[in-house]
Amino acid sequence: MHVVYPVVVSALLFSIGVYGVLARRNAILVLMSVELMLNAVNLNLVAFDVWLRDRLHGGQVLTLFVIVIAAAEIGLGLAIVLAVYRNRQSIDVDRLRDLSETGASGEAGPPEEPVGVGEDADREARP
Amino acid sequence: MISVVVLIVLLPFAAAVAGLLGSRWPRGGSRTKENDRAAARRAAWFAIAPITVALLLTLWLASWSARALPRGSASYPGAEFWAGLLPGSTEGTLTMVETGSVPISFTLRADGLSILIGVLVVVVALAVQVYSVGYMRDDPRHPSYSAFISLFTSAMLLVVYAGDLIVLYAGWEIMGLCSYLLIGHWWEDRANSRAAVKAFLVTRLGDVGFLFGIFTLGFAAGSFRIDDVLSADIPRGTLITATMLLLAGVAGKSAQVPLQTWLPDAMAGPTPISALIHAATMVAAGIFIVARLYPAFLGAQPTLDVLAVVAAIGMLGAALAALAQDDLKRVLAYSTISQLAYMAAGLAAGSDKAAIFHLLTHGAFKALLFLGAGAVIHHVGSNLMTHMGGLRTSVPITFAAMTVGFAALMGLPPASGFFSKDAVIAAIEHSHSPAQPLLYGAALLTVGVTGAYAMRAWLRTFFGPARVEALPEPPPGTAHVFDGREAPRSMLWPIGVLAVPALLLGFAGVTEVDWGSALVSLIVALLGAGVVYAFWRGAPHQDPARMLGPFRTACERAFYVDEAYRAVFARPVLRLARGVVRTDGQVVDGAVRGAGRLTMSLSGFVRLAQNGNAQLYVTGLLAGLLLITVAAVVLG
Repeated sequence: MHVVYPVVVSALLFSIGVYGVLARRNAILVLMSVELMLNAVNLNLVAFDVWLRDRLHGGQVLTLFVIVIAAAEIGLGLAIVLAVYRNRQSIDVDRLRDLSETGASGEAGPPEEPVGVGEDADREARP
Repeated sequence: MISVVVLIVLLPFAAAVAGLLGSRWPRGGSRTKENDRAAARRAAWFAIAPITVALLLTLWLASWSARALPRGSASYPGAEFWAGLLPGSTEGTLTMVETGSVPISFTLRADGLSILIGVLVVVVALAVQVYSVGYMRDDPRHPSYSAFISLFTSAMLLVVYAGDLIVLYAGWEIMGLCSYLLIGHWWEDRANSRAAVKAFLVTRLGDVGFLFGIFTLGFAAGSFRIDDVLSADIPRGTLITATMLLLAGVAGKSAQVPLQTWLPDAMAGPTPISALIHAATMVAAGIFIVARLYPAFLGAQPTLDVLAVVAAIGMLGAALAALAQDDLKRVLAYSTISQLAYMAAGLAAGSDKAAIFHLLTHGAFKALLFLGAGAVIHHVGSNLMTHMGGLRTSVPITFAAMTVGFAALMGLPPASGFFSKDAVIAAIEHSHSPAQPLLYGAALLTVGVTGAYAMRAWLRTFFGPARVEALPEPPPGTAHVFDGREAPRSMLWPIGVLAVPALLLGFAGVTEVDWGSALVSLIVALLGAGVVYAFWRGAPHQDPARMLGPFRTACERAFYVDEAYRAVFARPVLRLARGVVRTDGQVVDGAVRGAGRLTMSLSGFVRLAQNGNAQLYVTGLLAGLLLITVAAVVLG
């Protein structure tokens, strides 16, 4: 079997994973997409390991590592998702915007503050 | 010998340091009545003891100098008067300051001129310190006050004994500082601190010229030592420039036209300060400098002509202004300007001897007049002559002393002013200056006006109906309350002591009286006094200044010089300052603030990306990765 077939399949898998990570709004689906990407990589590793006839089978060993780490990662990820759900009754990624610069409601942010302080100081200095 | 001079200069300085640091130590700042009184007592000791020692040392120096044989090496050309009286002179360089170009030598010298002025300074300073103990009895800031007087005395002595122009300038500036501090002694009243600032600024204006005059002389002569400067061969143009610049400083310090306006306002300070600084010593320093550098001035005739015009305008204008003032101290202040202009006229007429003679007698009798005025003010509780009158029975000692002072001011025969003023007028009469007719006319007219205003002040203060009544509250910080008694003894003693030289000092010059011109000026003075007496006799209740008629307001406002300066200089400067403030607030600050705001608004665009959507971030990451990959493939 030519190496191109597994590579194309893994590329398709990876693309589906990327699409899922970027486009899905459900956090669990995002995690599943991450798994797809990891498995695309695994497929690549096994395919090239066979194609290159590696005597030490480094690709397969690495695949085992990745599977273990993916298991741990998905456990952690699902725990986080559970915690988020308990806090917010929602796992919609679009609505988890606590990292945004000005806040979702657009209230006056902290960056305005230093300017205000400076103006006050000026006004005090002037009699 | 020079160590004595150093000691004389340093003793008052040590007194100032001790008075400032030690008066309240170790009780510190708790301002109870007892603490204040104890501090004032200690400050008085700190002030009086060193100045007494300095007086004894000065007298000893004078007697040494009188006995010494003249030494040609260190005598000035053209110093016949004091060189004949006090021929000995000494000079010592304590240290040299290398400056890279012309070195500054820290030189002190004592010769006839400086010893004479030094005696005057120390005597008046001692009298004022003793007087202040009574005058400032209940003032909580007496320690700093007396310490500043000591510092001033030290600075004035440094000016007098300086042998180097830069050293002289240092003392000159410290005097200005002390004058500022003491005028504003009662700074609680806004007007007083304004007067202090005005005095400081106006004298500073002259001092800029003075400093550059010193530089011009020093660089032309290659040395700042006075001896070297006077013996150096300086081109005439440079000499004229330098002396003109020096003249600016002289006019500022000695309150001559056009920088005279600060002196009447300086009367806001305590009266003893007016006696010491603004009558006897500091304002005379300008005259002293010209006498000190007289050979240089003689080489620059145009400068002396300018000085003559300035003196002629100043003496007559100030005397007329004095005639219309109601404030006793302001009368004396304008009289000081007028008398200083006499000295300047003597110098311009070519007789430094007459000028210094008048300086000495004026120092004595004007200090006496101011101290007497202080006693009267202390007694009445007001500066205004409308509140005085009929005081000759209630303050007989002050009355007698001030009569001597006024007689000397008018130039009546036995008093000292007669001899010295005659010396000045005779010098003017015989001078060959191109400004001589103007100067002589102004001098004679001024003699008449002087007689008039002295008579008016004397009559309005001591004669006529008593107008003393209970005044409303005394001004803050002063101890002026009417108690119907003569001033305390600590105030009477200095007055009595100063009355002696005011009466007798003139006989030092009795041998050289020009009786012809003396008779003329005596008649003119009596004429002026007689006119005032006639007016006063007609209506003792009213001010004899009414004889000036419509001219009176102009005289009272000193010919609107202050108003003119306010319109020409003060207002434009204030407007400019306001413009600068506005520019600073709106243009400079605006640029800074605008830069900040611009950055904030520009960063708003970048901030749009930070919307908290993690998927957007990952998209950006991937897009970037893709770009880099493509670039690596295409370019690599």
